[in-house]
This record gives sequence, structure tokens and C-alpha cells, in this order.
Amino acid sequence: MVEHRPLTDFIAYAILTLGVFIVAFPVYLALIASTHDAATVVGGHMPATPGTQTLENYYRAIFVGGARTSREPVANMLINSFVSAIGIAVGKIFISILSAYAVVYFRFPFRKTAFWIIFITLMLPVEVRIYPTYKVVADLRMLDTYAGLILPLIASATGTLLFRQFFMTVPDELLEASRIDGAGPFRFFWDTLLPLSVTTMAALFVIQFIYGWNQYLWPLLITTQDSMQTIVIGIKKMLATTDELAEWQLAMATAVLAMLPPVAVVIFMQRLFVRGLVQTEK
Amino acid sequence: MEKSTVFNNRLLPYLLLLPQLVITVVFFYWPASQAIWQSFLREDAFGLVSEYVGLENYQALFAQPEYYRSMLTTVIFSTLVAALSLSIALLFATQADKNLKAASAYKTLMIWPYAVAPAVAGVLWFFMFQPSLGMLARPLRGMGLDWNPLLNENHAMMLVVMASVWKQISYNFLFFLAGLQSIPKSVIEAGAIDGAGPMRRFWTIIFPLLSPTTFFLLVVNVVYVFFDTFGIIDAVTGGGPAGATTTMVYKVYADGRLGGDLGGSAAQSVVLMVIVIALTAIQFRYVERKVQY
Repeated sequence: MVEHRPLTDFIAYAILTLGVFIVAFPVYLALIASTHDAATVVGGHMPATPGTQTLENYYRAIFVGGARTSREPVANMLINSFVSAIGIAVGKIFISILSAYAVVYFRFPFRKTAFWIIFITLMLPVEVRIYPTYKVVADLRMLDTYAGLILPLIASATGTLLFRQFFMTVPDELLEASRIDGAGPFRFFWDTLLPLSVTTMAALFVIQFIYGWNQYLWPLLITTQDSMQTIVIGIKKMLATTDELAEWQLAMATAVLAMLPPVAVVIFMQRLFVRGLVQTEK
Repeated sequence: MEKSTVFNNRLLPYLLLLPQLVITVVFFYWPASQAIWQSFLREDAFGLVSEYVGLENYQALFAQPEYYRSMLTTVIFSTLVAALSLSIALLFATQADKNLKAASAYKTLMIWPYAVAPAVAGVLWFFMFQPSLGMLARPLRGMGLDWNPLLNENHAMMLVVMASVWKQISYNFLFFLAGLQSIPKSVIEAGAIDGAGPMRRFWTIIFPLLSPTTFFLLVVNVVYVFFDTFGIIDAVTGGGPAGATTTMVYKVYADGRLGGDLGGSAAQSVVLMVIVIALTAIQFRYVERKVQY
């Protein structure tokens, strides 16, 4: 900035601190609630400081599960969430890097058509075609399976567009040099293009992992057995009872566990996260 | 833009495209065409027989007062969330852009809610404002306000708006900060030399230069409110009370699942598809070219 007055700096710090407080407050309350016993939380007079039931609540949530509603232990839900989030991220990277390679480095009939077929999927988010997609997955006998949780969510144009954009920036001389060295399409892809794409792949992985982990509507529809629930669904199911009976302390412990992996990804891989976010939205 | 050097294999490119095309056709085009086809059918009460009814589902849909209500709800909801989350994020971003020593730490502290699932965000906000046990509901009731988002339609709307804004600030903040940092300092210095104060410089120099980012974010936020807030609404209100927070997307879900009206739900899906296509077209036509990072 142009001028540096102590007062403007002070106001800036004050506003930002207020912002951080607003952003953190709901999560802080969840953390606190997860350390108290059920009566304290439901009574409506929860103190603003941690209680003494931390280990017990997290132990019960992770290994035992709620007593009144879904009895599924959270450990299971965490496994389901990890499998589907990683499956979605890896699956998307796999299919989209291959299709982008075909579209950019080959000339063949219907190349433009293939690109448009993929591109138009940008316009059809899962929310607008839920029941027909549900029916397809049911007909393929994929309800309550990881394939059903993963496959319908990995087909989308964002990955293909991102890799296509990146491949266009790779200098043509690299391909010419590889061909002079006698490399075919497989060698060029494996030895030259893939190593260059590592950062793009990592950025896409970070974004897609968060996207997959946070899915709600789709897993809600296609998982009927408690054993296939993801953690985001599990929290909601724990509260699906009258409010007096809900085990809020367990639900909040579960919410904290559900936030940890994706938030850790954002904080510890911030550069990749920002890069992926800016690139996939363009 | 095209590559000048390419491979000449005949079969290989099709094999490379195969996985994505198969998944796209099976999980996108087939269901989407089913939705369009179903929107012209009516199933009997048991879902056994369906007959072609032409545009009847659409006529029934547009004759429903609830459908117009869900449109209105969607418009109010989108406007509130977009306006609030954009202005709050812009306020924080302009402060963080002031070369503060702790700017990068603040950035980290501001952006992590992006990673919180919408449904989890909904549960957190419901927990704070649940009428009998919520930490923030008690003071509201103590002030004599009959706060009850479970029964009061306006309170329910306020709660889903707050949760959705909270979740979206981080995203808008990140893009506004990037936009602000890409504005050349020399332009702002020139304004200062001409005697413009901080407020004047913001409104006459920074804000206009930031408008591509703002417009891009506006479109993204509307798309966000349409689709990604499903989890928030389902966790906080379940579309209630009395349909007060039932957006168009939520109604597709509720009518198909709870009401079992698949034809009507499919007709709503088709209307939504048209809206999404329009939004995406706007995004590509106006945003692609003008936004700079």
C-alpha cells in the first residue's frame, strides 16, 4: 500500500482477527462439545472450555458407535470415506490424463466430437440427474459398493480440460526430440509427459480428494447399509432422532473427525490446493 | 491452438479415450436422456406401468404454487448468500492485501473452511442455533426473541444463509486476494499522488479493476448456491419448516424420494439442466476472456 499509518494497520488487524474468529467459532464449539458428556451438551449450559470426557467420547465414536441411532463405529465410516475419496481422485486423474493425451497428441477422426462429448458433462452436475443415475447404478448392481460410490463421480470434464491446458504448454521440441530418439507414444508419455505433469496431478488430487470426501447427496442415495456409510452421512444419521435424544457429543466428535483429513490437506498442501483451485475453476 | 507434431497411431487414441467415454456415457448421457424421457411419462401408483403423457408433467409442474415458491426461495437464497459472502470476503481480502506482516498466516486461517463438507457445516451451525441447546440460541431467546428455526420460516432461512455464507467466504477470499494482488501498485500510487484517499482509491481504481474477479465469483457463487448447498439444507432444515428452505434442487430430491413422483421430479431435472447450461454458457462467454489472475 501507499501510506503506512499505524491506525489503518491496526484496523486491518482488528478486522482480520474478527474474521478468523467468525470462521473458527463454529468449529471451536464442536471441539468443546466433543469433550463433554451428553447431559452437559443437551442441557444447553455447555461451558466454553474443554471438559473431561474427551477420550471416552472419541473412543466411543470411533470404535463403538452411537447407542440410539446408527450403531456404526466411525472407524468404519472413515475407511469408507478414505476409499471413496482416494478412488474418486485417482480415478479422475487416470481417465482424464489418458483422454487429454489422446486429444492433444493424436489426430484421428471424431477427435473434436470426443472432446465435446466430454466437455458437455460440465453442464450436468450429479444433482440434476440423481434418480436416473441411481437407477443405472441399481441396474448395474452397484448399490452399497465402492464402485457405485466412486464411478459416477469420476466422469467429468474438469480433469481433462486441466491436463489438456497443461499439455498445450509443453514445448513441441520435447516430442520431436523423443521421436528422433525412437520413442513411441508409450515411451513419450511415461518418460517425458508424466514426470512433467506431477504438479498438475498433485493439485488435481488435492481438489478431488476434498470433493470426494465431502460428497453428501450421492452417498446418501446409494448406500442403504450402515456398513457402507461415509462419515459425512454418518453424522447426519446420528442426529436423525428427536433433539433431546440425539447424542450431540458423539456427533460433534464425529464432525471433528470428518473435518480433520480435508482441512489438514488444505493447510499442509496449501500451495497445491490454491493452484488446483485456481486451475480447475478457470 | 493445435500441436504441430503428433503421433499417427490409428487405434491407440480411441483406446486412451475409452475409459472416460464409457463412464461418461453410462453415468452421464444415459441418465440425462432417461431424465428427459421420464419427464414425458407418468408412472402408476406402483411404478409398474408408465404411459406417455406428453407435456403433462411440465404443465402440472408449472401449475404448482410450490414450484414457484421453490424458485422464489432459490432466488432469495442465492441473492443473500452471494451478496453477503462476496462483500464479507472482499472486506477481509482488502485488509489482508495491506502488506501486513502476518498476511500469509491470516490467509491460511481464512481459507480452511473450504475443506469442511457442506453437510458438516450445516450440522455445526444447527448445533449453535438449535433452539433448546444452542449456545447462541439461548442469548437470542434471553433477549425476548422467540428464536426457533425449526418452526419459524424466516429463522430457518437465516440459519441456512449463515451456514452457506460461512462456508463460501474462504473461496471468495482466496480469489479476491489473488485479484487484488494482481492489480499493479503503480496505478494505486498514481491515484495517491493525485490526492485520492484510501476510500476514493478503492472505489474508483481498485473496485473497477477487480470487476472481472467479482463477476467470475458471482457466477461461481450462484452455481454453488444451486448445487453445493444441498448438504447444508438437508442437515439444517430438511427443506422446512413448511417448505421455506426448499430450493429447486432440494425439491427434485424431495419430490422423487419422499413423494415418489418420478415424472414430476424428472421434469424439474430438465428445467434445472436448462438453467445450468445457461449459467455455464454465461461463465464461458463472459468470464473466460476477462478474468486475469
